[in-house]
Order: sequence, then C-alpha cells, then structure tokens
Amino acid sequence: MKQPKLPAIYGLMAEFESATELVKATKAAYAAGYRKMDAYSPFPIDEASEALGFHKTRVPLVILVGGLLGGSGMYALEYWINCISFPLNVGGRPWHSWPAFIVPTFEMTVLFGGLAGVFGMFALNGLPMPHHPVFNDDRFSRVTRDRFFLCVEAADPKFDLVGTNEFMQSLEPMSISEVPH
Amino acid sequence: MREGPEEKTLLQDVPWPDEPPVMLPGETYGTVTDTIADAVLKRPIGLGWLSGFLIAGFFVMVLLVAVTYLFIRGVGIWGIEIPVAWGFAIVNFVWWIGIGHAGTLISAILLLLKQTWRNSINRFAEAMTLFAVACAGMFPILHLGRPWLAYWLFPYPSSMGVWPQFRSPLIWDVFAVSTYATISAVFWYVGLVPDFATMREKAIHPITKKVFGIFAMGWRGSARHWKRYESLYLILAGLATPLVLSVHTVVSFDFAIAIVPGWHTTIFPPYFVAGAIYSGFAMVLVLAIPIRKYYHLESLITMRHLQNSAKVMLATGLIVAYGYFFETFIGMYSGSTYERFMLQNRWFGPYSAMYWALILCNIALPQLLWIPKLRSNITFLFLVSLDILIGMWLERFVIVITSLARDFLPSAWGHYTPTRWDWAVFTGTLGFFSLCMFLFIRIMPAISIFEMRQLLPESEVKADEAA
Repeated sequence: MKQPKLPAIYGLMAEFESATELVKATKAAYAAGYRKMDAYSPFPIDEASEALGFHKTRVPLVILVGGLLGGSGMYALEYWINCISFPLNVGGRPWHSWPAFIVPTFEMTVLFGGLAGVFGMFALNGLPMPHHPVFNDDRFSRVTRDRFFLCVEAADPKFDLVGTNEFMQSLEPMSISEVPH
Repeated sequence: MREGPEEKTLLQDVPWPDEPPVMLPGETYGTVTDTIADAVLKRPIGLGWLSGFLIAGFFVMVLLVAVTYLFIRGVGIWGIEIPVAWGFAIVNFVWWIGIGHAGTLISAILLLLKQTWRNSINRFAEAMTLFAVACAGMFPILHLGRPWLAYWLFPYPSSMGVWPQFRSPLIWDVFAVSTYATISAVFWYVGLVPDFATMREKAIHPITKKVFGIFAMGWRGSARHWKRYESLYLILAGLATPLVLSVHTVVSFDFAIAIVPGWHTTIFPPYFVAGAIYSGFAMVLVLAIPIRKYYHLESLITMRHLQNSAKVMLATGLIVAYGYFFETFIGMYSGSTYERFMLQNRWFGPYSAMYWALILCNIALPQLLWIPKLRSNITFLFLVSLDILIGMWLERFVIVITSLARDFLPSAWGHYTPTRWDWAVFTGTLGFFSLCMFLFIRIMPAISIFEMRQLLPESEVKADEAA
C-alpha cells in the first residue's frame, strides 16, 4: 500500500496583534492566490471570513429544513392522532380543529429548527475535534485570548516553504512559525 | 445607535451627561479575559460563597424532604382541595417561568435589536432562565398526583391505545415549556463554547483543562467556524424571540381558555408576557447586583446595565398596570354578574390583603424608578427588584386563588390555605435555584468573554487600514 505523501508540515502560521492586521493580511494572502488557509481570532470577525472568500454558510438552510420537518411532522401527527387514530369529541368541536393544533406545531418548528441548527453548525464545522494541527504551535493558545492568526496550509497548491515564508514576512506579522502535523 | 467604525468606541463614551458607559475605559482583550476567567480559575472558595452555597443547599434538602413526603402521601399534604385545585403549585409554576423570560429577552431580543450593552449580562441571565425553568417545570409534574406518569403527556404509541388531547392548553404547555427549556439550554451552551475554549487554554490543573476541553469541543476560533457560529446564533435568537413570547402566552391560555371569572379574558397573553419580563428583570438585578460586587465586575457590569434594567422594569410595569386597569374595566363593562363579583371579591374578599399588597408592590412602589437619582442607587434598585418579585408572585396568587375560590355558585365556594408543605416546596425551589446559580458562577464564566472582547473599540476592523 502506498501512503499518500503528506507535506512535511501542516502550514505556516503568522501571528497578528489586531483584528485589522489579520483582515489586511488575509486579504493580501487571498490576492496572492492562496486558498487553503484559515484565519483564527478570539471573537467573530465578519471581515475575516469575507477575506477568505467564505461568503455563504449552509446553516440557515439546515435550520429551515429542520424547522419545516419539525412543524409539518407535528401537524401531521396531531391530525393523525385527533382525526384518525383516536378521534375525540370535545364539546362538539370538529375533529380537524386546526387552530388548536397550531401551538404544538409552532413549538416543534422552533425545537427542530433550533436543534438542527446547533447540530448542523457543529457538524459543518467538523466539531467536536479535540485535536488539530494548529494547536501544535504553542503561541496559538492565545487565539482564545488576544491574538490573531493566519495559517496558510501546506496543502495549498501555491504553497512553497521558502516563497510563502517570504510572502508572509511581507505582511509584517509579530511572528511566523512552522506548524507541524 | 450609530453605524460604522465609531459604533463601539461610543460604548465606552458617555453619550449623555447622566448616562454611564457600558464598559469602563482601560479594559483590553487580556484584562476582560482575566477578570472573568480568574473568578472561576484562580479565586479561592470564599466564606461568603460557601455560606451562601450551604444555605441554598439546606433549602434543597427541604425540597427533597417535601417532595419525598409528597410522593409517599400524595398531593393531599398540600392545601389544595375542590374548588381550589390549583394552589401554590400553579402559582409558583407561572412565577418561575416568568422569571426565566428575562434571560431569553436579554440574550435573544436585545441581540436582534443590536443592544450591545446586553453582552455583559446575557450569560448569567440565560443561566437564570435555565434554572428558573427547571424550578417551574417541577411544579406541574409534582401537582399531577402521580408524577411518575408524567410521560403520559407526550404523544407516544402507548399500549393503552390513547393519545394526548391536542385541543387542551395544558398539552400546549407541555410542548411550549419543554421546547423552551431545550432551546434555552442549547442557546446557553452554544454561547459558552468559545469561552470554554478560553478556559481550556487558561486552566492550569490538568483535569480542569481536560473538562473544559471536552465542553469546548476543540473550538479553535477559525473564521469559517465563527461565520457559521454567528449565523446560527442570530437565527437561534430569531427563533427564541417568538418562542419566549409563545411560552407565556400559552401559560396564560391555561387560564384564559377556561370560563372561570377573572381568567376568561383576551388581555391575558400580552399582560402575562409583560409581567414575565417585569419579574425576570427584577431577578436579573437581584442576581447582578451581588455578583458584580463580590466578583469586582463593576467595570464590566456598569451602572448603565442596572439603569437600563430599571427602565425596562418601569416600562413593563406600566404594561402590567394597564393590564390590571383593563381587567377592572372589562369586569365592570361586561355587565356579567360573575365578572363584577370577581372584582368585588378581589378588592374586599378574603384575599383582599393580597390584592392590595400586589398593587402596592407592582404598581405603586416601582413608580419611584422615574426618579433618576433613585435609578442610580444600587441599594434601592436591589430592594425595588425584591419588591417586584414579591409583587409578581402575589399577582399569580391573586389570579389563581381568588378566581377559583369563589367562581359561580356560592354553595361551591371554598377557601384555600397553604400548608407548611406548600411553603416547603416553594422555599425549596428558591434554594434549588440559588444553589444552581452559586454553582454556575463558581464553575463557568459568568459573563460572555468573547462577546465582551467584541465590545472593545479595538475589535472593530478599520476598513481603510485593512484594504
């Protein structure tokens, strides 16, 4: 069996002090043709994902599908229970008394939409993933505190250890390090 | 609020002469992180926390004893009887669930309205929601008589071949409250994930590190992850907003759909929701004021938060007052003997003291909040919040008990007196709630760290420099 050849390192990581510098560097890297890269920050920065060329998420779609399934499923269940399986005459109201069915339908729309969104967000993000190569860099722990990182991955076709390093130097980061696998 | 780069700088400024800032100047990413995380990781267990925890623990024991005795003897140990079959259990249920509503309002509705000042109080307001809903959820189940059969309320293919009756507001309640509890829990957890990652990196003890690491799920702050995260957070807020309104609406339907005088009124849903937010904000202040003091969070939870909460209380209190007024007006205007008697009974009947205490607590005293000087007096805010919590509890008591005790035929009237077991369960849930809050501020970041970082002016990406 031939193992696929792994690049020697995961990528090159540059450290920045501010959100503005991170966004600037990400834009420059994108303009230079790098695509397999990611920006890391201690809080959400809309501009950073835009700069990575990541404009759209499928999370809203997942929530919509979950909500529709939950709502229509609940309504169908109520209809089946109160009209077909176990018809119950309550004060002469029609079996299919739809206004009364709306409340559970609404609640299940919210429940399934919300849960689909939460599980969907984690699944799309590939979480839980307790380990990731970026954690190999000791400085990276400050990403949950006050530092901003841009990691260009070795898997990027344009990646070349010397050339990319030179390019990243031009971004004037606080430091650059090689991220091992 | 102004849009653009200066938006966040404004938060630290003083927009009006009397308006305190949302965050005191001098905070950085690092100080915000340390202030919040060290309260959990470094601060030793103090005597104040320990004694509070033990007192709360004592009341949890009271709850356990009361519930055990209830399971052995049945609901007869409570003061409930016919016609007042809904005693303390339902009063407390409505009261507790209302308290929870402020948490969702702060975390979801204020998020959608871009009220960024909420960022330092949303986390523990959400925790408060969760624990309040847990307390609320206990009551209808304990009140069932055979609590171990509570699962009969859910539609499942049972061997008895029967199904729930979906035209009943009591079944709607099951769906509304369980959805509310679940969505509140996931909303809270999702908000905590990036902060668990911070705690994972900051923790020194290997076990602490591992536990926070497990809950952080390997969060690494990737821009793609944040994008999906924010998208989810916003939509969850959008889902939670109608949800929270629906929950108390459905709770009010439990009353409004019945024909009992004093219950059968269309004003109940908005008036219940406003009352819920009213008592919820009071609870937020009752919790925020001591937490802020003992954990030295004055620079993160500023007077602005306390004053804004006071203003929300004033506004919702007026909506509640409007509700009382219209209850009276409609009672008179309806021309119904029973409706009119209901009012007379509330004002001068056996529970009239409760009614007038309610008017005093909920309407008269909170009007003092109009005075700006009192709004910036922390002791006063704390006391008025306690007063509102009592007032809202009395409101639920008056609604549930007076209407049931004297409904239509005088021969069917009764009188309800709570027993010591009623009080034991009620104080027990107060203890359970406090115990959960004590544990929460001890083991989790009580303020959302990453959202506080976002409030700092330097978090704004300067568009001209980043080009």
